[in-house]
Amino acid sequence: MNAIGTPMKRREDPKLLTGEGKFVDDIQVAGQLWMGMVRSPFAHAKIESIDASAAEDAPGVHAVYTGAQLQEMELWIAPLPCAWPVTDDMVNPPHFPVAAEEVHHVGEIVAVVLADSRYEAADAAELVVVDYEPLPAVASIEAAVADEATAHSELDSNKAFHWPLIPDPEALDAAFANAVHTVDARFVQQRLIPAPMEPRGVLAIPSPHGGEITLYSATQVPHILKVMIAATSGISEAKLRIIAPAVGGGFGAKLNVNPDELLAVTLANRLGRPVRWTEPRSEAAFSTHQGRGQLQHIELAADADGKLTGVRVHIDADMGAYMMLITPGVPLLGSFLYTGVYDVPAFGFTCEGHFTNLTPTDAYRGAGRPEASYAIERAMDLLALEVGVGPDEIRRRNFLAGGEAFENLDVASTLTFDSGHYGPNLERALELADYEGLRAEQKRRRDAGERIQMGIGLCTYVEICGLAPSRALGGLNYGAGGWEHATVRLLPTGKAEVVSGSTPHGQGHETSWSQIVGDKLGIDPADVTVLHSDTAISPLGLDTYGSRSLSVGGVAIAAACDKVVEKAKLIAAHSLEASPDDIQFEAGVFSVAGSPDQTVAIQEVAFGAFTAHDLPDGIEPNLQEQVSFDPPNFAFPFGTHVAVVDIDEETGEVRLTDYIAVDDCGNQINPMIVDGQVHGGIVQGVAQALWEEAVYDDDGNCQNPSLLDYLVPSAAEVPSIVTDSTITPSTNPLGVKGVGEAGTIGSAAAVINAICDGLSPHGITDMLMPATPQRVWRAINDAKGGAA
Amino acid sequence: MIPAAFDYQVADSADAAVAALVSHGDEAKLLAGGHSLIPLMRFRLATPAVLVDIGRLSDLSYITDAGDHIAIGALTRHRDLETSELLGAQAPLMAAVAGQVGDPQVRHRGTLGGSLAHGDPASDLPAALLACGGSLVARGPNGDRTIDAADFFTGFLETALAADEMLTEIRVPKAAGIGWSFQKFNRRAQDWAIVGAAVQLGDAPKVALINMGSVPMRSAAVEAALASGAAASDAASVAGDGAEPPEDLNGDAEYRRHLARVLVGRGIEEAQS
Repeated sequence: MNAIGTPMKRREDPKLLTGEGKFVDDIQVAGQLWMGMVRSPFAHAKIESIDASAAEDAPGVHAVYTGAQLQEMELWIAPLPCAWPVTDDMVNPPHFPVAAEEVHHVGEIVAVVLADSRYEAADAAELVVVDYEPLPAVASIEAAVADEATAHSELDSNKAFHWPLIPDPEALDAAFANAVHTVDARFVQQRLIPAPMEPRGVLAIPSPHGGEITLYSATQVPHILKVMIAATSGISEAKLRIIAPAVGGGFGAKLNVNPDELLAVTLANRLGRPVRWTEPRSEAAFSTHQGRGQLQHIELAADADGKLTGVRVHIDADMGAYMMLITPGVPLLGSFLYTGVYDVPAFGFTCEGHFTNLTPTDAYRGAGRPEASYAIERAMDLLALEVGVGPDEIRRRNFLAGGEAFENLDVASTLTFDSGHYGPNLERALELADYEGLRAEQKRRRDAGERIQMGIGLCTYVEICGLAPSRALGGLNYGAGGWEHATVRLLPTGKAEVVSGSTPHGQGHETSWSQIVGDKLGIDPADVTVLHSDTAISPLGLDTYGSRSLSVGGVAIAAACDKVVEKAKLIAAHSLEASPDDIQFEAGVFSVAGSPDQTVAIQEVAFGAFTAHDLPDGIEPNLQEQVSFDPPNFAFPFGTHVAVVDIDEETGEVRLTDYIAVDDCGNQINPMIVDGQVHGGIVQGVAQALWEEAVYDDDGNCQNPSLLDYLVPSAAEVPSIVTDSTITPSTNPLGVKGVGEAGTIGSAAAVINAICDGLSPHGITDMLMPATPQRVWRAINDAKGGAA
Repeated sequence: MIPAAFDYQVADSADAAVAALVSHGDEAKLLAGGHSLIPLMRFRLATPAVLVDIGRLSDLSYITDAGDHIAIGALTRHRDLETSELLGAQAPLMAAVAGQVGDPQVRHRGTLGGSLAHGDPASDLPAALLACGGSLVARGPNGDRTIDAADFFTGFLETALAADEMLTEIRVPKAAGIGWSFQKFNRRAQDWAIVGAAVQLGDAPKVALINMGSVPMRSAAVEAALASGAAASDAASVAGDGAEPPEDLNGDAEYRRHLARVLVGRGIEEAQS
């Protein structure tokens, strides 16, 4: 049996496509109260007074609470958590679910209405009259760095932390002092709105006599949420049950502990009634954190051949108004990747976090790593121009291990890359893209002076995933471990149940896990049921983010299967009257070495373990094993992306015409799921390059919070993507890496490199993201001297 | 994303809809396909007290040959315009433009009358009707009247329709064999045009611009140049003249004027080819 490696269709999809899968908003309970949020229209203001009397008298309204009232009610014992205080002196202003005295971003909650329906809650929220005294707003990362106004009145600076990673400062200085070629480039990582298909939502159901609280939340992280809700609400962790039902995408946006979550739990607990809220799309730009938001400064030093000798990076990172769960850690996740796939002797990275009066930032698909990959991959193209070689050649000259295969390789950013083999991966992508043919076509168009010019962009990325070795996280001051838990049991009838601590929100865990367990136990994957996403069923886990599920959770499941087989082997040996040392296990059948007729199927062993009529001495009944797997290392997937664009030089329109991605995520459990992840990831990165940006005005108002103006691409905007793989197994027992974020990490740089490549005859070497038609047209126009 | 409270009535005839408008005055809005009105209501930018649903008036959904023009019922969906053989043969610009509105879901719900009555300068169909030289039939308490498309769009989201009038029919002159072009420039297929141009040649060439001002408009300067026999590039060079286009994240006024020149030029060239 060989389920692993088979492109099986996702077993989740029929449920989700037919409405059988229930999302939070689909779950209805009697007696529920809807929250309606009163949100600040100002980015920074003092709350002078709040008059909720008209709202309190409105139809269906149960109560209206202001921030000050909620503080008096002592609903919580701690502010919303930041689990990653990256330095000991990090500034972290208290962040409560409802602002009491001062608001720090547009859309911050200042009062909450509880009503019988979501409509009455929305109507009543409009009736709450709030008197504000506006304060100067810090409405951009540039303004935050300038520090002329502060985002929090009680602070005298916007700077939250300074985080350095400079393993050898003298070597770094020497590299730049002795460099023949240098690159000095600045890039902007614009803010992005995550926009999962299902917005967030919460439903807290109390049990007034038992004291238990069940929270349904559209979350990626029910286990983390449980710990954090207990720590902030003061409700006993043992009384909390968190359920993430069907969850429609997250991309990091559902990796947090949000005001609405803490409000729903604590109000339900206090009032003894279910309390719920579903995020309207029109509030999502304020009620859910955003991604990216960085100013990057990267410098390269190289010798005469363009061989890198040093990389120096400084990042100014936009925290937004508050530190949320891992806000300050996001740029640090990228810190180790600014040397990319290259052999860089000397490296230095510094990051400063700054507060702004904008929606908080936090994890968004790739979280720090797309930013890093963008900076080094854009800078490598600039180095190629500087040295006078092609973008492919500059990469070949600099690959770690000379592009040859390696394992456990120490790199300058202090990590040890698990495995890599970069040379063949690049060559495969160039071959698939017909790189030489593309260059010939590009030259033809240039020579002919055609209106539609062609640009070709490369990105050879590496990323860090499989979060994470717990000790490494401890070293980074992260407030939790990085292990994952799995339980595997064989039921009396020979079917298997897997309990996964890693919690899916669209990834297809049920399908992939059944393939692993099917192969490991020698049973049909259809006989494997995967349980997850409910802390009462799966009490131990650390959930899904950072492309960790397979390389941590999947390995835990495989290890639990091994333990089940180990125990079953003892029972099989007993029933076959053989020594356990002589028992072989293959395709679900135990047999005695040398006596092929003496066999017992694992299903029969399972039944025997259940009846326990005839177990060997000292063996407990039942076949159930669990493993908490703490990965010894991260995993480092890599790949080469090639983007080809048409640029209409008259209008500035950029059209992505071809996209070739050769990714290496190690061994693949389900190549169809890998392909789907790569496709989605690429489109999300292309979207940053071409369409998406949360734009704010000088007062801190988001100019495009709706999906009308915030341009999430559709299938019509992207070409059919050509995907292929190389396979360089990781060092973990399954040889797997991760693939959920790789597409996003590789694609933005590939697209912008393509645009800059296409525009290079005009002397254009950079393009802000998103590369809007107006920006591209203006760049061309300016390059031509302004004659339109 | 939750609209304010409103009353809802279903009209069983055009006359009943007009009667409802008469009795509710400015408080009422007609609901046809809902693709312009409902988004405004969900953001509470529009808060009508009464919605009069005319979406079930199937007798106002038709495309018929009326001699010198094609008559189109006001409740005809974009999808029906897009796929009509009659319209495609006799007023191909109108059919082609209908096929580029929004996405397939929008085109299956949105109505021609609803789009025109909304009068959005960024919409495609008003420009198409202007370039076709069409007219509109409005029904009020005192019966029907016909309004030339050139006189219909009076201000930002304002039309010549009185508060107690509704559109019943749109008339598009036959234009078989006459050169035309539709140029729509946007960043995503489903979006409104950043700028667009609808061109229909013939004895009196017409060029309409999308999103180049506060109302759907024709470019008198380009039309005059074409009428005097100017070359395509020369005619196009005056396309943005006098226009005061909106400025937003997709483009400032300078860029929109530039796009207008480029798109009108491409449109004339295509129409002439």
